[in-house]
Amino acid sequence: METLEKPALTQEEQFQARIDADVRIEPKDWMPEAYRKTLIRQISQHAHSELVGMLPEGNWITRAPSLKRKSILLSKVQDEAGHGLYLYSAAETLGASRDQMLADLHSGKAKYSSIFNYPTLSWADMGCVGWLVDGAAILNQVPLCRTSYGPYARAMVRVCKEESFHQRQGFEVMQTLCEGAPAQKEMAQEALNRWWWPTLMMFGPKDSESPNTEQSMKWRIKRFTNDELRQKFVDMMVPQAEFLGLTVPDPALKWNEERKAYDFGEVNWEEFWQVVKGNGLCNADRLQARVQAHEEGAWVREAALAHAAKRKAREGVGA
Amino acid sequence: MNQAEWPLWEVFIRNKQGLDHKHVGSLHAADATMAIQNARDVYTRRLEGVSIWVVESTHIHASNPDDAEAFFDPAADKVYRHPTFYDVPDSIKHM
Repeated sequence: METLEKPALTQEEQFQARIDADVRIEPKDWMPEAYRKTLIRQISQHAHSELVGMLPEGNWITRAPSLKRKSILLSKVQDEAGHGLYLYSAAETLGASRDQMLADLHSGKAKYSSIFNYPTLSWADMGCVGWLVDGAAILNQVPLCRTSYGPYARAMVRVCKEESFHQRQGFEVMQTLCEGAPAQKEMAQEALNRWWWPTLMMFGPKDSESPNTEQSMKWRIKRFTNDELRQKFVDMMVPQAEFLGLTVPDPALKWNEERKAYDFGEVNWEEFWQVVKGNGLCNADRLQARVQAHEEGAWVREAALAHAAKRKAREGVGA
Repeated sequence: MNQAEWPLWEVFIRNKQGLDHKHVGSLHAADATMAIQNARDVYTRRLEGVSIWVVESTHIHASNPDDAEAFFDPAADKVYRHPTFYDVPDSIKHM
C-alpha cells in the first residue's frame, strides 16, 4: 500500500499559502498575531494621517482666494475625514477599538505621516499639498487596493477613487499660480522648494533601513518597497514640474538614460527622523489641535448617548 | 462621566433603484437616525446611494470561516444543478 501521507501544513503555512494564491484574508479568518498587529499599526497610522491631514488644509479654508477654491478645499477636507473613517472602520474589524486608537494618537504613542508636521505658509502650499502630497499618497495607496487584508483593500479602493480629484485640484492651483503674475509664480516655486523633500520622505526610510518591509511584502500587505515608490514618484513628477515651468530643488536631479529613470539626491534622513520623533515644526501644534477637538467634543458624544438612551426607554414604555 | 463608545453600525447602500443593498463598511453612532445621517456623509458624498440600511454590528450573526469547508460541502458535488451538466442535441433550439 502506498502511503499518501504528507506532513500536515501548520496554520501559519496554510495562511501563507492563501496569501501566495492571492486569496484575500477576511476579518474572522485565522491569521498570525503579528499579521494582525502589523495591520492594526499600519491601518491606524494611515487613519491618523487622514485625520491630522485635515489640519494644514483646514488652516486655509477661511482664506481661500475665491468661493470656488473654498468649496473645493472644504470638500477635500471632508474627504480626508471620510478616508480616516473608512480606515478606522477597517482597523476595527481586526479587533482594535476606536477609542484606543484615538487615545494612542493623542498620547503620541501612535504615529501619523510626518508630512503633516510641516506648516502651510502660503496659498501655493495648498497647491503643493494636493499636487505633490496627494500625488505621493496615490502612489502609496493604489497598490494597497490589492493588499491581502480584504477590509483594508476595500477601504483603499474607495479612498483612491476620491484621491484623484485631490491631486488634480492641487495641480490646477499650481498651474493657475504659474500662469499668473511673477509674484504668484515665485510663490509657487517657493512652495515647491518647501514641499519637495518632505514629500520624498513620505515613502518612508530607505529599504536598507526599513526592517518591516520584507515581512510586509511576504504577507502582501505591501506590494512595492519604499525606494521603488520614491523612484516612481520622482519620475512621474519631474515632467509635471517642467510643464509648470518650476525648478525641482535638487541639484543632483538628472535623467539617467541607462536606467530610464531620474537620478536624484539624498533625502535629509536626519530631518526625517527628527520629525518622526516629534521634533518637527508643527508636531506639538497638530497634536494639541487634535486633543483639543476631541476633548471639546466629549460633551456632544455623551449627550448623544444620553439622548439615545432616553428615547429607547420611552419607546420601551410605549410598547 | 460617561466614557462609553458610541455603538458600531454596519452600513449597506443601494447604489441605484433595482440593485441590492451592499455592505460598504461601518461607523459609530449613538442611534439609528444618527447612523443613517453619518452613513450619508461618510459613504455617499458623490451620489453613491439612493437608500441606506444600518444594522447594529452586534446584531449580525455570521457563519464560521473555520467550518466553511464542511458547511458549504453539500453543494460541492451537485453538478447536476447547473445547466451545463446536460447535453442538448445541436438541433434543439431555444433551450
